[in-house]
Amino acid sequence: MNLDARVPSGPIDQKWSNAKFEMKLVNPANKRKYTVIVVGSGLAGGAAAATLAELGYNVLCFCFQDSPRRAHSIAAQGGINAAKNYQNDGDSVYRLFYDTVKGGDFRSREANVHRLAEVSVNIIDQATAMGVPFAREYGGTLANRSFGGAQVSRTFYARGQTGQQLLIGVYAALSRQIAAGKVKMFNRTEMLDLVVADGRAQGIVVRDLVSGKIESYAGHAVVLASGGYGNVFYLSTNAMGSNVTASYRAYKRGAGFANPCYTQIHPTCIPVSGDYQSKLTLMSESLRNDGRVWVPKSADDVAAASKDPGSIAEDKRDYYLERKYPSFGNLCPRDIASRAAKEACDDGRGVGPGGRGVYLDFRDAIKRDGEDTIREKYGNLFDMYERITGENPYRVPMRIYPAVHYTMGGLWVDYQLQSTIPGLFVLGEANFSDHGANRLGASALMQGLADGYFVIPYTLGNYLAGVPAKSLASTGSADFKRCETEVNERVARLMNVKGKRSVDSFHKELGQIMWEKCGMARNKEGLEQALQEIPELRERFWKEVTVLGGRDTFNQSLEKAGRVADFLEFGEVMCRDALEREESAGGHFRTEHQTADGEAKRDDEKFCHAAVWEYRGDGETPARHVEPLTFENVKLATRSYK
Amino acid sequence: MSWFVSYVRSSVGAKHVMAVTGLGLLLFAIIHMLGHLGMFAGRDAYNHYAHTLQGLGALKWIARGGLLFLVAVHIGAGVRLASLNRAARPVKYAVYRTVRTRPWAKWMPWTGLLILAFIVYHLVHFTFGQIQPEYFHKLDPQGRYDAYTMFVRGFQNTGILISYLVAMALLLPHLAHGISSTFQSLGLKHPKYDGLIDKAGPALAVIMFLGYIAPPIAVALHVIKLPGA
Amino acid sequence: MSDKPLNLTVYVWRQKDAKDAGGLVKYDVKGVSSHASFLEMLDILNEQLIERGEEPVAFDADCREGICGMCSLVINGRPHGGFAGTTTCQVHMRHFKDGETIYIEPWRASSFPVVKDLVVDRSAFESIMQAGGFITNNCGSAGDANAIPVPKEQADRAFEAAACIGCGACVAACPNSSAMLFTAAKLAHMHFLPQGQAERMKRTKAMVDAMDAAGFGNCTNHYECEAACPKDISRDVIAMMNRGYAKASLTYRDPAAKSGE
Repeated sequence: MNLDARVPSGPIDQKWSNAKFEMKLVNPANKRKYTVIVVGSGLAGGAAAATLAELGYNVLCFCFQDSPRRAHSIAAQGGINAAKNYQNDGDSVYRLFYDTVKGGDFRSREANVHRLAEVSVNIIDQATAMGVPFAREYGGTLANRSFGGAQVSRTFYARGQTGQQLLIGVYAALSRQIAAGKVKMFNRTEMLDLVVADGRAQGIVVRDLVSGKIESYAGHAVVLASGGYGNVFYLSTNAMGSNVTASYRAYKRGAGFANPCYTQIHPTCIPVSGDYQSKLTLMSESLRNDGRVWVPKSADDVAAASKDPGSIAEDKRDYYLERKYPSFGNLCPRDIASRAAKEACDDGRGVGPGGRGVYLDFRDAIKRDGEDTIREKYGNLFDMYERITGENPYRVPMRIYPAVHYTMGGLWVDYQLQSTIPGLFVLGEANFSDHGANRLGASALMQGLADGYFVIPYTLGNYLAGVPAKSLASTGSADFKRCETEVNERVARLMNVKGKRSVDSFHKELGQIMWEKCGMARNKEGLEQALQEIPELRERFWKEVTVLGGRDTFNQSLEKAGRVADFLEFGEVMCRDALEREESAGGHFRTEHQTADGEAKRDDEKFCHAAVWEYRGDGETPARHVEPLTFENVKLATRSYK
Repeated sequence: MSWFVSYVRSSVGAKHVMAVTGLGLLLFAIIHMLGHLGMFAGRDAYNHYAHTLQGLGALKWIARGGLLFLVAVHIGAGVRLASLNRAARPVKYAVYRTVRTRPWAKWMPWTGLLILAFIVYHLVHFTFGQIQPEYFHKLDPQGRYDAYTMFVRGFQNTGILISYLVAMALLLPHLAHGISSTFQSLGLKHPKYDGLIDKAGPALAVIMFLGYIAPPIAVALHVIKLPGA
Repeated sequence: MSDKPLNLTVYVWRQKDAKDAGGLVKYDVKGVSSHASFLEMLDILNEQLIERGEEPVAFDADCREGICGMCSLVINGRPHGGFAGTTTCQVHMRHFKDGETIYIEPWRASSFPVVKDLVVDRSAFESIMQAGGFITNNCGSAGDANAIPVPKEQADRAFEAAACIGCGACVAACPNSSAMLFTAAKLAHMHFLPQGQAERMKRTKAMVDAMDAAGFGNCTNHYECEAACPKDISRDVIAMMNRGYAKASLTYRDPAAKSGE
């Protein structure tokens, strides 16, 4: 497996400029002769589709929702980072770069991260020009707030729905290109396979979710922007439809999958309330600007604290984040805050039903700034909390617990965002590149848009310049037909199991294994067990699952069955990666590898690399390859937020 | 003019047509009501007013033509809208609840059509003189049409009085929704004045209702009566 | 709040496909926690149906946190159940009583044909967006974001209109199946901002015309849309559109158009 990252030469701050200059171009008259397939319509995919169409390429864009505007980027609440330094508080491109490398626990590629920080400023300009109604000061300039892992205010936001506003900007641009005929949009259409021919990605096989028809589409290149795989845990903050299928199918066709074990557990989510639960709801990290996290100091006070948090005196409360990390306090990075919450609960000091919860308390902020100020900042989040829990967070502290939120792992890409399959580019959460082992808050939106707006328009041209326009594959070719047949067979297999159990019941069971054994804390024993249990579960799935309804019709059970079948294979790759990575880094915490005070302990000697998995056939153990990571600018150091 | 046709046929344009013709009719209704209130000034003044209107010559016919046009367009557009709106929901809900709208807002097409029926009847009565021909186009001592007497005689008839009151009771909700809607439809709104505008419609409608029913009720109560009666 | 599980009778609209006539089917759903969400209640129903070998009820839902706009459902005659500022996915069963009967129907409008059961096709909204719901600005050409100041009040009003999630509750609630709140919110979002001014007239004309072409009903000022909107968008945006459309129709001449339009 060729893992040459193709990082450009030169000092870190000139790499992207050099790369852009060195890239080959496709002249404007020739661009219209190329067809590009984009899978996904979120911030990365939508921005890529719109921007490539603006340049003149013909784009085919696919999403499984009924509108591109519903992609899960929409749900991002808190904000988007950019090194604008509008606040005059010491921010710079280099600082954003530095914070991101450090926040990622030194497991990302420096050159990519620096590029991300560079283009972050253009994203804000572009979004504003598209009419994104960011929060503003009374004088009319843009407002900022702070987020975890940073000591500057560089986060731009639109109340609690920054993701929706940015995505509407992207969706608007996409709509313009659809109207102009440059983008052909396929809603309610799901990618089920990647067609690789002559060593290049040349097309995809999809299922029209309304008619049930299996169809193929050919392109000169395929851009995957299909999001993350957090739903392998069943319960996560991801949308119900978020899935790994597009990425996993690409993996099975030869794309390397990097660092699947890096998953982000978000510290502030509403705790699980029962076994009927279908998803978890995030409470924006921005709440940690004003909310203080605490549990009772003594386990003896838990019952009283759960009943009436206000009854616990100040000196009996343990504001554990402020205590352990005085310089970052409640705004320490997500992985650290999550683990600290788990620790407090493991210690028997968790509050609420099942003892799996900690308080996020706004009492002091309300006292200091007044209820109106807090309502202005977080009103919609408070309302959402109350709608779900039936409790008023202005009166009683919010009860929160960590939940799966984001996946840093993804298909391996080089500096050009190309996977190990030539012609297959991967953007946004679906790739592995920029966040290392832990993503900082408000950086996902930044990365999605950076990839879609400002990176792929250059790097795709560089690739296409070397591909003859005439070489567009025919969907009638043997390669496409073979692929279509395989997809059809797989669908038929799912329909024909005709067991008794629902797809969801298997998904829940898989989620439980993953959460218990490959969740916030992992160890050798648990992972080895999981590697036994998952194949057994998979086997039962293929014997006992039932998919009712027809295949040539709208059939949500069939959609879910395909996705869960892939999760049942992918979960194994994740656990294997977690087992092999004998260190703790960011979101990957191995209990065997921790410092005396319970912090993550990296092993830079052995694991300062990206682990890339290569598929070698069903039933075969995938091969583990490595891309060594070198840190020339940010010195490898133990991450400290104390 | 194709752009004008497409404008008035569009959904928003159709609202504007309803609003503008409605405003024209409202203006007429206000003047007509003020004229009616002239009954309280006595026979001489009222007949003088009627005589002046009759003497307008060509202007009278232009006004009548204009009113006819407004009525025709208002009704035509209204009927078209109502049928388009029905077609927009071919399958009805088994259970459907509204919470914001007022019942009279939903009655608009029906109150409108009933008011049309009344206007026809009203014209047949007072303009064509077919209901009580015995009081039609009689002259007063000054040699003018004695509209005052016709009015009083008309509303001394209980059937006519009741039909008139019923019609005004239909006009009230029609105006209550129509007047406020006019502002919304023409976009003459601002958050600062929303509350005022929402109340203005019903308030003006009630004022007009009272203005319209006052003279006939006065006749029924013998406050307005024939000279010498 | 009682923690006792609820037993419910639900009438669900079942329709095989767009051509099928469809009808309400009665189901009993037992043992639903009052902490479960409304859609989780439907999940439970579906599990019970699968157990019996019956095809589960199709309904749309994705983010389940009130922002993607995928979920729909007219619950007891009200879109999203009629809880202020709440989408169906955020309605919780604590609002229902044990033994209650619940009617669940799809959005009803000729422009939103039923795909299956409770799932409808909302692509009419896409056509409205494509007609003009954008600011023409190719990526890469933007100036510094702070170069054009936008007064906070204006930015806030733009945001309030932009909060629209495109769910279609406004259409479902309207006695006439009108899409004016949706279209007007999209226009208002851009027209409160300086960036949206350049194409203001053209956009207003194009989006309203696209809305009409999609076959939505007309607004007769009932304001049920405003009451049903899960993002509390005000009918004031419709007034703004009404005014803008008159101005655009009466004064704007599209240079690209052949006739006087």
